[in-house]
Order: sequence, then structure tokens, then C-alpha cells
Amino acid sequence: MTISLVATELDPKGIKFTNVENTHIVRGTTLVKRGFAHMQKHGVIMDVTNVEQSLIAEDAGAVAVMVLDKLPYDVRKAGGVARTASIKVISDIMDAITIPIMAKCRIGHVSEAKVLESAGVDMIDESEVLTPADEERHIWKWDYTTPFVNGAKNLAEALRRIEEGCAMIRTKGEPGTGNVAEAVTHIKIVNNEIRRIRSIYQDQDNQELIKLARDLKVSFSLVEETARLGRLPVVNFAAGGVSTPADAAFLMNLGCDGVFVGSGIFKANDAAQRARAIVLATTYFDNIKVVVEAQKMVDEKKSMLGLDTKNLELKMQERGPST
Amino acid sequence: MKDEVTIGIFGVQGDVEENIAATQEALRHMKVRGTVELVRYSEEIEKIDSLILPGGESTAISTLATIQGGGTLQTIKRLVSNGMPVMGTCAGMIMLSRRAYDRVIGETKQQLMGSLDIVVERNAFGRQNDSFEADLEIPAFGKNTFRGIFIRSPIVREIGKGVDKIAEFNNKIVAVKQQNIIGTAFHPELSGDDRLHRYFISMVLDFKKNQQKS
Repeated sequence: MTISLVATELDPKGIKFTNVENTHIVRGTTLVKRGFAHMQKHGVIMDVTNVEQSLIAEDAGAVAVMVLDKLPYDVRKAGGVARTASIKVISDIMDAITIPIMAKCRIGHVSEAKVLESAGVDMIDESEVLTPADEERHIWKWDYTTPFVNGAKNLAEALRRIEEGCAMIRTKGEPGTGNVAEAVTHIKIVNNEIRRIRSIYQDQDNQELIKLARDLKVSFSLVEETARLGRLPVVNFAAGGVSTPADAAFLMNLGCDGVFVGSGIFKANDAAQRARAIVLATTYFDNIKVVVEAQKMVDEKKSMLGLDTKNLELKMQERGPST
Repeated sequence: MKDEVTIGIFGVQGDVEENIAATQEALRHMKVRGTVELVRYSEEIEKIDSLILPGGESTAISTLATIQGGGTLQTIKRLVSNGMPVMGTCAGMIMLSRRAYDRVIGETKQQLMGSLDIVVERNAFGRQNDSFEADLEIPAFGKNTFRGIFIRSPIVREIGKGVDKIAEFNNKIVAVKQQNIIGTAFHPELSGDDRLHRYFISMVLDFKKNQQKS
């Protein structure tokens, strides 16, 4: 796999040309933004709310942390409006750990995103875990030098977010539930849809591919690129409901490039041990001996209890603009 | 039939597939018969001729290399000191180094191999917003510049006596060579230019030739 560079914006504002000591450098290119996501592959990105949790995550071998004001489980419990985390918390974490720091902004909230960009976070997650701020549009992410990650529960959503300029996708689960079922469903949907367009591409049936692009409401070039690659053109992590090492290994086995863990670590009673076990199981997902070893490191009595996804009052995965 | 080489790509975390693709491309380009293998365990690493440590998060990679796969960090260290050719890009170079400190945080608990006699400053250009592309002059490659992809990249602050500079960027050392070891601060596997991977493969071929002689 090399980095796919099909871009739908011809002149992205996020690209910055500068001169450093008479040398031309360029920042915020598609390669530099997607390249950052490629460096995260086979890794675990952990949700954190403070410095202490960030240190635990780094020590456990996380590839990055995702800073939120409240963990998804607590967002659910608290109700009200969930917004981006305090800048103070983000900058304290920046002063404490060496791994990349991501933070969530509300869907469509261009100003929260600009604030996070200027605070210097390494990646912005335009996330349905927070309360959407625009029901019509997502952020046009080509305008930013900072790369973005977005959620998707099917191919259409994933490609639309990529068309808007995101550099990484996370297939959505149902956040804060401790239940991987929704994540599994969505990964399988995306995989099946890609398999279908791949076979149409291999049959060289361009007419059908164009028809599909219209159905998916995305540009033909992006559909064609996905079909050619036989995978999403950006790095794709699984997210939502990961609680145990076996959960992480399961999602990796479905073909994801890595996993996000939200409430599953810091809502458990053995966070440090569990964080390391999930990192192990993610890397060695295809070796059942290591997954067993990782699973032995955690105690099911200490896992977060979790929620049944059937009777939830709030389905976070369905929030935000529908196109 | 030409020489056969086996190049391992250390595959616990990071842009592993990109390095596999770049190495395969370089082999094709050089018309060298060789295999590229993803390796994650000590047993696998013992069997290869040479190793590439990809980019990624060096903290995560060294944690994994210390706690799993039979302590792969020690295995790699031993093989490298026995002369096995190795190339580390970005995080890979950090892992090979003698000492690494973060620009903001300073010293870290990170485990290093210490095989390459350099001191590395991590995240030396800043955070992701300061990641960039630029053309590099690499004397060994002649006049045509090499596209350097720097992602939260380190730089080499100090080099030991036996270490040669391969590339500099604005008077900062960004690629080095010490006998059988190459380290780069940037990502040659992402530049679509396989010259550095070819350079490494030539080094591996020389190593094999010398091995057969002795």
C-alpha cells in the first residue's frame, strides 16, 4: 500500500508554502496529512480526559491520544451539550507526553476546529460523540493544515468525508456502550460495499461505476480510486465499544488498520494493564497465543459493564448531517 | 540468476506496507531477485539478511519490541552489532540511536538500541502542523534532488566519529550512515522515489558478497 493522493479540492487553503532559510517547504499537503495517519497504522489511539490518563496511555504503547472533556460513556450519562475539551487540558497534555495528540470538535463547528488547529493538536476528530453544531454541512477540511479524522458507518459516508478533505476514517460503532456489535456491523458493510465496486471495476463496467458514484453522492474519481485500491483510500481505524483485547483483535481481523478505544480503558478498573493488553492484541491480532496472553492480563470483573445498543435513548452514530 | 536477498520489514506498528512496497519497487528496478518479508518475532528476524525499521510512533514500537515477540529489540541489536544491514526511517532511526530526547518533554523512558552513534532530537520541527515536504540535496545521489517527507520528524543533533552524514537540510543532519546502518529523519518510503531503498539494497548485496567470501 502506498498513499493515495486523489484530491477533490484543486487549491486547498490548508496547503502552506513557506521559505525557511531560503529553502522552499510546503506544509498541509495531502501527502503530509494522510502520511501522518499512515504512521498510526497497527496502533491504538486512546481517549483521555487529563494528563494522568495520557501518561498511562503513552506508557502502555498507544500511538496517540484523543482528548475529550468527558469520555463517551460519561457524555451519554451527563446529557446536555458535549463540546470540545478545554484548551488548558490539551496544552497540559502536550507538555506531558511525546506521542501525537488529537482532539474532538463538534460536527460542522469550523471555529472549534480552527481553535484546535491553532492550539497545535496533531489531528482533529470531527465527531458525533460531541453534539453536532451544523445539521447541514460537515467541515470543509481542505481549509485546514491539520489533518482530520471522521466517522463513517458505510462507504457513502466514508467517501463523502474523504471528499471533504479528511485524512483518515474511523468506522463508527456506538460510542460509550462497551459493545462492539455496531462497529462490527459497520466494518462489514464498508467491506462488502468495497468488494462490490471492486468487482465492477475489474469487469471494466464504467457505466455501472458512474451510476454507483451518483447513488453514493460522491465524485467518480473517488469511487474509481477506491475500487482500484480495493480499500478506502485513507487509513481506516475501527472505533466504538472496544473493551477487551479480544475485541481489538476481532476488529483488526476484519481488516481495519488500527483501533480507537474510547471509554473501554478508563471506565474499566484496571486501566493501565488493560491499555497495554489492548495494544498487544492489536499488533498481534492474528496470533491467538498473544491474544490469549493479552486477554489474561485483564479481569472481566473489571471491564466496564456496558450498555445494550438496542434500547439506547441517544444513538450517536446517527447524529450530524445526513449527506 | 542474480543474487538473492531477504529483506525484513519490522512490522509491529507504523507504515509497514509502504516500506514493503518501496522495497519491492527498488528490487524490481534493480532487477535483483529478492524477497521482502514482514517480520514481528525474534525467530523471523534471525532468518533475514537485512532489516528495515519503518516510520511510526517510536514510543509504541519500542514498547512492543520490548514486551513481545521474544524481546525483538535485543535480537535486532545483536544482529546489527554482528553486521546485519539495517535501515531506520524516522521512528526507526530513533530506535537505532544512542540517545533520543524530545524537543519539549526532554528525556524519555523509551528503550533504544544504541547501535547507531547519534543523538536524536524528537519532534524537532514541531508538531504535525509543522510537518512538511521539501527537496533535499543528497550528494551520493548526484544533482537530482530527493523529495523529503518530514512527518513530526526528528533531527540528528550529534554524530559519533564513525558516522557519515548522507543528507542535510538547512544545516541540520537528516540522514546518516554508520557502516551497516542507515538512518533517515524523513520517509523515503513515501516519496515515490526508491533511490534510498536501492542504496540500502546495494549495501545488503555487498554485505552478502563479503559474507560468502569469508
